[in-house]
Amino acid sequence: MLKLRVIPTILSKGFTLVKGERFDGARAVGSPMQAVQVYNLRDVDELCFFDIAATSEGRGPDLALIDELADKCQMPLTVGGGVHSVDDVRALLAVGADKVAVGSGQFDNPSLVRSASERFGAQCVVAVIDVWRGGNADGVPTVWSHNATRDTGFDPVEWATDVAAMGAGEIVLQSVDHDGMMDGYDLAVLAAVTSAVDVPVIASGGAGTFEHMVDAVRIGGASAVAAAAMFHFTQHTPAEARRHLAAAGIATRS
Amino acid sequence: MQRIAIVDTGLCNVDSMWRAVDDCGAKSVVTDDPTDLALVDKIVLPGVGAFADAMDALDDSGMAEAIVENVRDHEVPVLGVCLGMQLLATQGSEVRDTAGLGLIDAEVKRLVSNTANSTGRAQERIPHVGWNEVHPRATSPLLSGIPDATDFYFVHSFHMQCVDERDVVATTPYCGEFASIVARGHVFGTQFHPEKSQAMGRRLLRNFVDL
Repeated sequence: MLKLRVIPTILSKGFTLVKGERFDGARAVGSPMQAVQVYNLRDVDELCFFDIAATSEGRGPDLALIDELADKCQMPLTVGGGVHSVDDVRALLAVGADKVAVGSGQFDNPSLVRSASERFGAQCVVAVIDVWRGGNADGVPTVWSHNATRDTGFDPVEWATDVAAMGAGEIVLQSVDHDGMMDGYDLAVLAAVTSAVDVPVIASGGAGTFEHMVDAVRIGGASAVAAAAMFHFTQHTPAEARRHLAAAGIATRS
Repeated sequence: MQRIAIVDTGLCNVDSMWRAVDDCGAKSVVTDDPTDLALVDKIVLPGVGAFADAMDALDDSGMAEAIVENVRDHEVPVLGVCLGMQLLATQGSEVRDTAGLGLIDAEVKRLVSNTANSTGRAQERIPHVGWNEVHPRATSPLLSGIPDATDFYFVHSFHMQCVDERDVVATTPYCGEFASIVARGHVFGTQFHPEKSQAMGRRLLRNFVDL
């Protein structure tokens, strides 16, 4: 049967690996290459690499860096950050990304997901959806773009349904409120989105314990669980997470 | 040392395939030049992308004709991976109906989720993304040293439906069951990505290199 994936997320700002909190105050914690090499040795299911400074610095993806990282990856690599055109997608695939994540780019270029999906196949186009409750006075979750600086006004379920219809083959659902807080995923938004779309959904933002991951699957209906801070700053490893999920009755790679 | 041509359709990640084949001790060249195929011992046809666009690219470069000629007339072994496996088929239906290379008598069809929960929503999500088991149906040199039910990495929305069931070497349980490894003589295909499947993926590629 298809296994639940446990995915470490690497957040990068230029050449530096960073940890953020609620999409803000990122601090440097190491080099992306080091992180990729460690996860390769640890036999992880998949890796996500997000260049969180690309869009705000008005530049595209760092192709030379991705090329180097991808050479070291014996597992699937999803790359996001600064993807604004079909040419960006093509260039990332060419240097070794297996999947390309589109976030703010879809708001700047509304034909991006559809064109990339038609050209390269839905399986390599991942839509990143950043959901923030705290940005709204009434706490209603909406989709934000450009590093959570712009409220798009979209309801997460509505936007997820839209991007899936446009040809996104997978969705990374990120909670801005829980980003870096290690206090659990936003299960309500996750459950609403997973029950509205047919494509796999990766839960992201908030993982702090293995129980959070079990909840993301059981309550949230996630096909994969991503974690950054939990793997980078605690003793927890992806292999332990897989064992814990398996013990809870959720099939993972042994 | 085995010389391997990795066919570049200009649409996909050939870098990781090159790296993986290189790790297996072969000398590989990434190429879109059909004349290169006459100089190698084996061909790898990798793949990400849409069937029609990839076939167009292979036709335009003359690669399609060269692959068929070398594989069929000169018995050069070929390994198609993911979309590359699907391109070996007679016909694909992604975006539009398109003729494939015709090296395996098969059609490429969209995966159809066959289980629904109480709300009527499919429980098997499509694309099929992630690690899933590969269950051998027949012995194959590709699977030498690889335990039954080993997990490999998949990411696809389409699958190959063989006309001759004997071409199906292994299956994977998803949307019912689909062919995850096919073989006819020296023509091989894997629906999963061995180059992205860690140690066991490397083992399968080494088995192909060592054929």
